[in-house]
Amino acid sequence: MPNLLAKGRLARWSGVAGASLATLTTMAGTVLAAAAEHAPNAAHGGEHASGGLPQLNPANFPTQIFWLALTFGVLYYLMSKKALPRVAEVLEARQERISRDLAKAAQLKEEAGAILAQVEKSLAGARAEAQGIIAEAAAGIEANNHARQAQLNADIAERLRTAEASIAAAKDQALANIRTESAGIVRDITGRLAGVDVDQAQADAAVAAVLEERRG
Amino acid sequence: MDPLHQFQINSLFQIVLGGYDVSFTNSAFFMVVAVAAIYALLVMGVANKSMVPGRLQSLAEMFYEFVANLVRDNAGHDAKPYFPFVFSIFMFVLIGNMIGMIPYTFTFTSHIIVTFALAATVFVFVTILALLKHGLHFFSFFMPHGAPIALAPILIPIEVISYVMRPVSLSIRLFANMMAGHTMLKVFAGFTVMMISGMGALGFVTGLVPLAINVALTGFEFLVAFLQAYVFSILTCLYIRDALELH
Repeated sequence: MPNLLAKGRLARWSGVAGASLATLTTMAGTVLAAAAEHAPNAAHGGEHASGGLPQLNPANFPTQIFWLALTFGVLYYLMSKKALPRVAEVLEARQERISRDLAKAAQLKEEAGAILAQVEKSLAGARAEAQGIIAEAAAGIEANNHARQAQLNADIAERLRTAEASIAAAKDQALANIRTESAGIVRDITGRLAGVDVDQAQADAAVAAVLEERRG
Repeated sequence: MDPLHQFQINSLFQIVLGGYDVSFTNSAFFMVVAVAAIYALLVMGVANKSMVPGRLQSLAEMFYEFVANLVRDNAGHDAKPYFPFVFSIFMFVLIGNMIGMIPYTFTFTSHIIVTFALAATVFVFVTILALLKHGLHFFSFFMPHGAPIALAPILIPIEVISYVMRPVSLSIRLFANMMAGHTMLKVFAGFTVMMISGMGALGFVTGLVPLAINVALTGFEFLVAFLQAYVFSILTCLYIRDALELH
């Protein structure tokens, strides 16, 4: 309540309060003067033997009004000028502190949020980058594998071909050898068993004919 | 044994001012005590200006906020400048009533002249306030809005009387409550004493009944002491609102 005790207005209204009290005291004084005349026997402090209420003894009125006006006036002055502004100050200071702390907390929260967003963003960037690198590496390895596979296949095919060629050559060679060996053996056998000397050409033709027959 | 003896005004030392006897009495003494206690509570309470209040500071702040809310809720936001006035009224009546609950003290709020002077102060204050704020327009307060003009001869006297009777009802309510309560406490206490002196040993047993009633009444009187201070200040706030807003 910052303007609760606004100085200017307060001064004005304490004036009004003072005026009220003063008016009242005067009013009461007049009434009392009249009342006191009607009760001349009411001694101060009252001999209570009469049995009346002490509250209704007009002799007690002036002192009570006087001291009430004095003490209440002092109380109003002390409250409005001294005590209440101090309490208000303490309450305001606390309110201020609380709202300041709240504002600070809100600001820090905002900052933390911004930092978090930043972190998330750079993390996402790093993740994307990592994915790129992995994909690139995989593609490289794949390509390399393909090339080597092709190379290997070609190599194997080449070797297969040479091997087959050499096998075929060896087979032909072996066949040729078999023929010449067979013709020699045929001439040797016929010479020894039948005593017939078969010439080279006849033996070759016979072997070829038999081979041809077997193959068929 | 006179239950009204407690309301007796005793002069502590004689002062005569302008022909009037304004002696410093037991009543005056407890008014001074009340003012000193209120001032001490508030000033010592917030002397440390702690962010986290201690017991005394909590009490001072509690009183402040209680009355501040009372003024705001019942007299409106325009009534802030009169907060110290309502606060002074509330604390003076409350502490006056509470001091009266301590045995051998004097309850200055049990005297009609004191409560009437306080109520009249409120009345004069509120009337001056209304006159300053609204000028002669203030007198329209006595003619309710929208009432047919033919009723004016009846309504205006009624409104004027009810307005003028405000300080009377305000003061009698507080005075009568305090006086009746304190008298009753004394009467029941007196019963116990009478039973003991009159019935001997049996009196010690039967005397417990009024004593028990007195214990309950004492608690009740604390409630009344607070409630009457509250009622007095809330009505003050309502009168201030009337003065500021005129219906």
